[in-house]
Amino acid sequence: MWDYTDKLKDHFFNPRNVGEIENPDGIGEVGSLACGDALKLTFKLDENGRIKEAQFKTFGCASAIATSSVLTEMIKGKTLDEAAKVTNKDIADYLGGLPEQKMHCSVMGREALEAAIENYKSGGKKKHELEGRVVCNCFGVTENEIERVIQENNLTTVEEVTNYCKAGGGCGGCHGEIEKIIEKIQGDKIKDTTAAKSRHGPKLTNIQKIQLIQQTINEQIRPALRAHGGNVELIDVEGNKVIVAFRGMCAQCMLAEYTMKDVVEARLREFVSEDLFVEEDKESAQEPHNHRG
Amino acid sequence: MKTVYFDNNATTKVAEEVLEEITPLFCDLYGNPSSMHTFGGQIARRIRKAREQAAALIGCDPAEIIFTSGGTESDNAAIQGALAASPNKRKVITTRVEHPAVLTDCRQLENHGYTVVELAVDKEGRLDLAELEEKLDDDTALVTIMYANNETGVIFPIDKIADLVTGRGVSFHTDAVQVVGKIPLNLANSSIDMLSLSGHKLHAPKGVGVLYIRKGTRFSPFMVGGHQEAGKRAGTENIPGIVGLGKACELAAENIEEENNKVRRLRDKLENAILESCPDSRLNGDKENRLPNTTNISFEYIEGEAILLMLDKYGICASSGSACTSGSLEPSHVLRAMGVPFTAAHGSIRFSLSRYNTEEEVDYTVEKTPPIINKLRRLSPFVGK
Repeated sequence: MWDYTDKLKDHFFNPRNVGEIENPDGIGEVGSLACGDALKLTFKLDENGRIKEAQFKTFGCASAIATSSVLTEMIKGKTLDEAAKVTNKDIADYLGGLPEQKMHCSVMGREALEAAIENYKSGGKKKHELEGRVVCNCFGVTENEIERVIQENNLTTVEEVTNYCKAGGGCGGCHGEIEKIIEKIQGDKIKDTTAAKSRHGPKLTNIQKIQLIQQTINEQIRPALRAHGGNVELIDVEGNKVIVAFRGMCAQCMLAEYTMKDVVEARLREFVSEDLFVEEDKESAQEPHNHRG
Repeated sequence: MKTVYFDNNATTKVAEEVLEEITPLFCDLYGNPSSMHTFGGQIARRIRKAREQAAALIGCDPAEIIFTSGGTESDNAAIQGALAASPNKRKVITTRVEHPAVLTDCRQLENHGYTVVELAVDKEGRLDLAELEEKLDDDTALVTIMYANNETGVIFPIDKIADLVTGRGVSFHTDAVQVVGKIPLNLANSSIDMLSLSGHKLHAPKGVGVLYIRKGTRFSPFMVGGHQEAGKRAGTENIPGIVGLGKACELAAENIEEENNKVRRLRDKLENAILESCPDSRLNGDKENRLPNTTNISFEYIEGEAILLMLDKYGICASSGSACTSGSLEPSHVLRAMGVPFTAAHGSIRFSLSRYNTEEEVDYTVEKTPPIINKLRRLSPFVGK
């Protein structure tokens, strides 16, 4: 059971400002059914440009509902410039804290607010769009968003990033990239988190290389594919050419080629040797696979 | 506030009769049955009795009962024990909807050179036996398939599966943790090689379980370091647990009729009333082949954790396959394997009953649930467009 504060429970059981304002000045919609939470925020301004009224509709867990409810309370009476300064941390603090794994709810609140303000400034035309390159495909989280939660909340681990914006919470295929973003922003602040990376030296014997490739497939690559019902098998190693076969869902997946380069090859280069390249064993891919589509 | 406990697939209340039976074993009769003195030695008789009680419930020989620390240990011991006994075979077949005690164990085997086949289920949670037949080969060391699913209650045709698998000379294990005490079993008439059961799912204490191992089954012990359980499971016996489990098995045998009549009737009443009174709700899993105590209902466009917390406010205990309840970000692997759409998977609620539930509790829940669903629907941006 989650350790929710009394304030959070109050806003969950008695949510304020539920609904959708008719002819709003600004409207912000973020999240989706597939992701497990979604928020629609609407507001109206008074003649002085202050938020007169704010309402929400939320699909999600108790903390998603409670953060939406307090958000509407927090922004009422504020000018848009003042409201734009509200961070996810402010929302969480207002509730007396959120469980770590639920911090993404406060981020969703801030995102909806931003989207609504943007919508107002564009004269009601602009809808919320993802900006920048998508890093986490499972939850559709962009590099910009990840950078922002790292900066605003001083995050230093992939797990924290997942808690704050869901990135990396699905297949795990983007963990390496998230690590790089953390490194770029936090630089020296992170200590040993990248120690595992520098394992490989230049002097691998053939047998060591093959063992390391197998180990990397077992520990780093397979779990990521597993999450989507896929699998990969090491067929052979010829010099720097690694031959693998996709199994399960991957065998019939349209994105297999992408997975090959961005997951399998990237991980092998990261953990074994920069010189490796990966090829798919087409013959064995014809064999029957474990799962039905 | 009264607690209405509809989460019996998670754990159950210890029966009063069980508690009474085990109470003297803590401060008065605390001896070790392996000791030479009478004080300890007399305890061995109690274990013998518990073994007979457990054997009677599942229809096997007492010598085929190994006491363990619970369902998870039984599953792990069965899988590891069977593989160790067939070191030259490298394939294991299981399903995508197993409990993590089996699924995680199997997936780890892949790191040790095993090929693991996870059989798919259809949208009602049923297996395709033709697929199983197709995957069975000479390299298969073990097939492990649950008897009934903990989330949906869907029962697999295990006797048929066991015949198919053992007929091909392959070991067959089943995780029957959710089944024992709920539907009658007779292992003497089946070809199941190994079966796991857990005490706390049938009104015994937590921390005790059974692994049934058919005589003649190739098995290598999982826990070593003592002669207990005929050398198949080392470690000083959990006497109160074992005695409690024995008593609980005896009670389960007496109550199995009631389980299938009264409990089933209450479950059906709860299920029908909720499905009728809540629009956009749907049942998950095969309605026909199902445990008598379990119902899994999805409420579209709303989220499970929020429903649970609102039920909790009225003292109603249930569980959910939503992502938020587990702390992971994705909904239940069972519902995903069944292809339940995201709109419904996030809003799934499982009610699981026991013989201690009453008509009043069902009526109370039927009264409280629809307003909760309506309240959350009013909050949802996906409703009423």
